[in-house]
Amino acid sequence: MSILNFKGGVHPPHTKNTMECATVSVGIPETVVIPMAQHIGAPCQTLVKKGDYVKVGQVIGNTEAFVSAPIHSSVSGTVTSVDERIITGSRPVVCVEIKPDGLQEVSEDIMPPVVDSRESFIKAVRDSGLTGLGGAGFPTHVKLNPPKDVKIDTLIINAAECEPYITSDYRECMENTGSIIEGINHVLKWTGIPRALIGIEDNKPQAIKKLSEAAASYGNITVHGLKTRYPQGAEKMLIKSLTGREVPPGKLPHDVSCLVMNVTSVSFIAEYLKTGMPLVKKRITVDGSAVKNPGNVYALIGTPVRNIIDFCGGFSAEPKKLIMGGPMMGVALYSADLPVMKYTNAILALDEKDGAIPDEYSCIRCGRCVKACPMNLLPYEIDRLVKAHLHDDLESLNIMDCMECGSCVFACPSKRLIVQSIRLGKDILRRASKK
Amino acid sequence: MDSRLYMSSSPHIRSGVTTQRLMLDVIIALIPASFAGVYFFGLRAAVLIAVTVISCVGFEYLMRKVMKRNNTVGDLSAAVTGLLLALNVPPTLPLWMAVVGSFFAIVVVKQLFGGIGQNFVNPALAARAFLIISYGTRMTSWTPPLAKAAEIDAATFATPLGALKEGGQLPNLLDMFLGNIGGSMGETSALALIIGGMYLLIRGVISWHIPVVYIGTAGLLAWILGPNGLFTGEPLFHILAGGLMIGAIFMATDYTTSPMTTRGMVIYAAGCGILTILFRLYTNMPEGVSYAILLMNVAVPLIDRFTKPARFGGKAHV
Repeated sequence: MSILNFKGGVHPPHTKNTMECATVSVGIPETVVIPMAQHIGAPCQTLVKKGDYVKVGQVIGNTEAFVSAPIHSSVSGTVTSVDERIITGSRPVVCVEIKPDGLQEVSEDIMPPVVDSRESFIKAVRDSGLTGLGGAGFPTHVKLNPPKDVKIDTLIINAAECEPYITSDYRECMENTGSIIEGINHVLKWTGIPRALIGIEDNKPQAIKKLSEAAASYGNITVHGLKTRYPQGAEKMLIKSLTGREVPPGKLPHDVSCLVMNVTSVSFIAEYLKTGMPLVKKRITVDGSAVKNPGNVYALIGTPVRNIIDFCGGFSAEPKKLIMGGPMMGVALYSADLPVMKYTNAILALDEKDGAIPDEYSCIRCGRCVKACPMNLLPYEIDRLVKAHLHDDLESLNIMDCMECGSCVFACPSKRLIVQSIRLGKDILRRASKK
Repeated sequence: MDSRLYMSSSPHIRSGVTTQRLMLDVIIALIPASFAGVYFFGLRAAVLIAVTVISCVGFEYLMRKVMKRNNTVGDLSAAVTGLLLALNVPPTLPLWMAVVGSFFAIVVVKQLFGGIGQNFVNPALAARAFLIISYGTRMTSWTPPLAKAAEIDAATFATPLGALKEGGQLPNLLDMFLGNIGGSMGETSALALIIGGMYLLIRGVISWHIPVVYIGTAGLLAWILGPNGLFTGEPLFHILAGGLMIGAIFMATDYTTSPMTTRGMVIYAAGCGILTILFRLYTNMPEGVSYAILLMNVAVPLIDRFTKPARFGGKAHV
C-alpha cells in the first residue's frame, strides 16, 4: 500500500470523534421541508400542490434540464405548503413542506429498475435522484454520461473524507462494504471503464482493510491509502494523488480520462438497483462542541436540523455556529429550522469558543497561504487586490482556479478572510464578463 | 438562540498560529543572543535593550493613535523591532541615539508605509543604516568584550572585519563562535544565534532556506575570492564575523521583506550572500550584511513576480 499525496494543503485536527458511532435512524419529524434545488444545475419544477397526499419515494419535483435530478418525497403525508424560502445561500428556493402521517406508505411506483444497457443504467441513476453525496451535489447521471469523444480509463472512488469531524463516508465503508463493491461493479460494467481505484486517507486503517478484503476478488478494483492531508478528497487533488494527472484549469476530471464518484454514492446505486427506493434519506455526522451526544444518524431528506440535534441529546452548550457540512467547506446556517438536503453529510454545532469569528489582522506576508494552496495560487495577493478594488488583475492571478477549500485561511496567522475575498472577486469577474 | 448564530464564509476553523505567537517566538529565539550580549558587554547592553524595546513599542502606540488606527502594540512586532535594533548597534551607543533609531524604524519605515506587513525594508536594519549615516563615529566605536578589556588597548579596538580591513590581528575562531569578540551587542555570539535559529526552525516560524542559502553562498564566495587568489579565502572567518549570523537567521527571514515562495527565498538569500561578501571585500566598508539585506529587501517584489508557483494543471498531463 503506497502512501500517495499532492502538493500543498494543511493539517487541521482530525476530530473524527464519531468514527465508532454506528448509524441510527432519527425517525419521522413533525414536518419535512424539501427544497426544489438540492444540486448543482437547474432547479426542479414542483409537481405537487398544497393539500396533495404524497407517498414515500413519490417524485415531487423534476425538470427536463439535463444537469438536474428529480426530487422525491421522503415521507407519506399531506403537503401543507409550497412556497419560496431562503435555505442556504442568498436566493430563495421553492420548498415543499409536508406534514407526515407517520405511516411511511411507499409509492406504488417504487420497484427495482430494469437495467440492461448503458442508457438504461444512466436513466436509472437519474430516476434515483442521486447527486454527489460527498457534499458537492453534482447530478451523478451527468458524470456517467460524458461527451461522446471522451474516453475514460479510470473510475476513482472518493473515500478520502478529509474534512475534520465527518465520518459518514467512513461509516458507509464499515457498514455497507458489500454495497460499495457491488456499486463499483455496476458502474464499471455499464460504463465500460476498465478499472476502479478507491482512495482513503490513511487515518482510517480499518476501512482500508475492510474494503481491501472486499475488493480482493476483483482484480480491477484496488484500494489505496492516501496521506492524511486536507484537501486530499478534493476531486483534482485525489486524481493527482492516485494517477499523477493534473486536471487543466477550467476542465473536468473526464478531460484526464477520470470519473470521480463518492463512496456513498456508488453504494447507493447498488441499493437502488436492488430496491428502486430513490434518495430519500441520508447518513449525517452530528458533532461539534455544542452537541450533547455526537454520532452518525440516518435522517430523512427535509428533516429540520433541530430534530436531528434533539435526537442527539440536544445542545450541550449555547450553539454559536451551526454548520451544514464540514468545518472547512461547510455552510453556516442562520437557523436550526433549516432542512437537511441530499448533499448534507454533517451537521456541526459549535460553542462560543469554537464558533467565534476571529478578528482579522494585517497580512504579514509570511507565505503560509502560498504553501497551503493546493492550486498553487497566491491567496494573499488575491485578497489584497479584492480588498483594494483592483479587479483588473484578478484574472491573471487565476482566481477562477480556486476551489475554496479554505486551506489558506486555516493557515493564516492574521486570520484573514481570504476565501470570502476570493468568492467576492469571482462574483465580480462573472458579472463583468456578462456585461 | 437562532438570532445569535454567527454567519460567515467557510472555513470555520483556524490553525492556532497567530501573528502574536510568531512574534513571541522570535523574541524567545533572541533571548540567548540577548544574554550573550549582556554577558560579554555588561549591564549597559541590558539598558540599551530596554530603551529600544520601550521606545519602539511607545512610538508604535503613539503613531497608531496619531493616525487614528487600531492599536497594534499587542502583535509584538514593535517589540521584536526594538530588540533587533538593540542587538544591531554597538553596546556603547548613547541612549538618545537609540531612541532616534527606534523613531526611524517604527515611525518612518514601518508606520508611514502602513504598519505591520507594509514596510518595504526591514525596520531595524533601516534604522541601523540611518544611524550609521547620522552618527558614523559612535556607530563604529567598538569596545572589547569584558573578558578581554584588561588585555587589550580599548582605544584601538576593532571588530574582526575591521581588523581584516585595517590589517590588525584577527581573533581565533573559537572566540568568534562563542561571541568573545567586538561588534554589535547581539551579533557576536554565533552559538547563541544558532540556538535561537534552531528554535525558530523547530517551531516552524522560519524555514531553513534563507539562513542556509545565505550563509552557504557567503561562505562559498568568501572562499573563492580569497586574498591570495582564487579558492584561498577563509569561509569560516567570514561566516562567524560581523552580522552574518544574526542577519541570515533573524533579519533576512523577516516575513514582510522576504519572498513568498521557496524558490524566491533561495534567489533572495543567494543575493544577500553575494552582496555581503562583495561589500566586505571590495568596498571601503568593513561590513556589508545590513546593506546586502536592505538591497535584497527592495528586490523582493521583483523576485516575487518572477517566482510565481506554476499553475495547477498548467502543464500537459501524463
